[in-house]
Amino acid sequence: MQAFKKLTSTAVPLPIEDIDTDQIIPARFLKATTRDGFGDNLFRDWRYDKLEHPRPDFVLNNPTYSGEILVAGANFGCGSSREHAAWALADYGFRAVVSSYFADIFRGNALNNGLLPLIVSPEVLDETFRTIEASPAARFTIDLEAQTFTNEETGTVVKFEIDEYKKTCMINGYDDIDFLLSQREKIEAYEENRVDFSL
Amino acid sequence: MPTLFDKVWDAHVVTEVPGGNQVLYIDKHLIHEVTSPQAFNGLRERGIPILRRDRIVATADHNVPTKDQDKPIAEPLSRKQVNMLTSNCEEFGVELYGLGHPYQGIVHVIGPELGITRPGITMVCGDSHTSTHGAFGAIAFGIGTSQVEQVMATQCVLMSKPKSMRITVDGDLQPGVTAKDLILYVISQLGTGGGTGHFVEYAGTAIKGLSMEGRMTICNMSIEMGARGGLIAPDETTFEYIRGREFAPEGEEWEAAVEYWRTLPSDPDARFDTEYTFRGEDIPPMITYGTNPGMGMGIKETIPTKSEIHGDATLKKAMEYMGLELGNQMEGMPIDYVFIGSCTNSRVEDLRLAAALVKGKQIHENITGIVVPGSQQVAKQAIAEGLDRVFTDAGFEFRGAGCSACLGMNEDKIPAGRYCVSTSNRNFEGRQGPGARTILASPLTAAAAAVAGKLVDVRELI
Repeated sequence: MQAFKKLTSTAVPLPIEDIDTDQIIPARFLKATTRDGFGDNLFRDWRYDKLEHPRPDFVLNNPTYSGEILVAGANFGCGSSREHAAWALADYGFRAVVSSYFADIFRGNALNNGLLPLIVSPEVLDETFRTIEASPAARFTIDLEAQTFTNEETGTVVKFEIDEYKKTCMINGYDDIDFLLSQREKIEAYEENRVDFSL
Repeated sequence: MPTLFDKVWDAHVVTEVPGGNQVLYIDKHLIHEVTSPQAFNGLRERGIPILRRDRIVATADHNVPTKDQDKPIAEPLSRKQVNMLTSNCEEFGVELYGLGHPYQGIVHVIGPELGITRPGITMVCGDSHTSTHGAFGAIAFGIGTSQVEQVMATQCVLMSKPKSMRITVDGDLQPGVTAKDLILYVISQLGTGGGTGHFVEYAGTAIKGLSMEGRMTICNMSIEMGARGGLIAPDETTFEYIRGREFAPEGEEWEAAVEYWRTLPSDPDARFDTEYTFRGEDIPPMITYGTNPGMGMGIKETIPTKSEIHGDATLKKAMEYMGLELGNQMEGMPIDYVFIGSCTNSRVEDLRLAAALVKGKQIHENITGIVVPGSQQVAKQAIAEGLDRVFTDAGFEFRGAGCSACLGMNEDKIPAGRYCVSTSNRNFEGRQGPGARTILASPLTAAAAAVAGKLVDVRELI
């Protein structure tokens, strides 16, 4: 997993709420059997029309906006559990998504892929959208160690929450699987001592 | 004092991790062809085996065609993915109910019908609708592919304990109002993110009065309000459903299991982080007007012009996609397709409901109607009861088991711009195919729409 420590970048605004994982990566692109190449189909049906022409009104096709931070409306990543959504965002080049809250499964998937789901208050989210609208070249800094999100245009610095274990994983690029494998003895002890009506 | 959720969760905690996470033991892991290939690859790359093969059940459902299931899959990428599931299961020694197997079907239909899903267990699957299995009083939730790999390797996931919510629905449902309407109503009140961070227990007399199929429909859609999962306390209805199924416990083991299961319901003084209460009588037959399951309303209502849940820009975008206008009524609106199927509503009870309504009638000449049973066993039962003939005589197609037109991944898609009344769970943009316009509804409302060729109030027909 790619490590994440600190990032300063411009940001891409997507001020729509409840963006579901079917929009992030439609199901017809889930037939791949590796984790690579999903970025080409990120937001496929918002990005391209029926004839595969880029839709000029979609933000990823607008040269005014670019960057490694996606700023999106509340409840980003709702719907399907497809990790392909996190893979597509990361493969396209995003390293963080900022929203006022994320759907639970997406948030976990993002964290497992070094893509930081950064939660800010609705007010900060609105201010971020306003800043980008007024100055598309505005830069933002995410400092994971300090847990701060800085709007370099306005100078506003806000703290964000992230669970301590996940923070360590992100900073060091650790996977959960390494940790879980290290718990093998405890897992087997649990299996020995439990009441089990599942098999 | 503990809730049903607390009891099941706490019984599965292997150890605590500093910072609030817990290592949670997973009793049953369901896998399918779409979200497992990268997990198997991961195991191969790391050189680690599956820890407990007897806790995994595999089937092919998302990609499978629902026609000509005895022939090789025509679409090359789908064929490759399904074949890869077969070779991965062979290599790693996992039981597979693949295409052609009598137990094949939608993963959330086969778990319960085979007696794999039981009260008090933990279950995961790389599919968000794993919440379905909570209907038995299990903790069941969808996971990403990285976690599929973790569970294969360690039989555990790492999670912080979600918050608890109780949704109580008391009273009686009106005739013509089903479990699907109940859950669409709840989601329309809470919004598509209203349950985020929570596990939901559904309680109250209206819930207790539901069959297991109805309870599965409710729990299935928990994820559509953002909840990790939903649960319903196990009771006699639950035990009767499980008894005698293929893999259900027998004899003394059955007695011991039932004794344990009876201890699981939430204590009378259990406390929940969040509570909502609704009245069964208030729930009308529901339809959706927009592009997420929270955009739902009663069949007689008008599309809201303003919403506390959905922002103006989001509503406007939804209306543009759906070709509808805020403030308009949808009852009487002509539609093009009717899809009866999906892990939400493809069990034999759902098919019986729809069949009873279409029996002796013809579907409207403008309607393309397909009925897709959730599993081979559901199909077999439906055929034994003559339901397939009821549907085909009325002008529906009766297909083989699979996810079908729920998700626009296999051959079954709705063309761009067309309206489909669907018993599935998601009306997202493009969910049933690029440009397809989905209206979610119950099997009864879907069947009635097929006959009328338009959206109708099923209460006026029964």
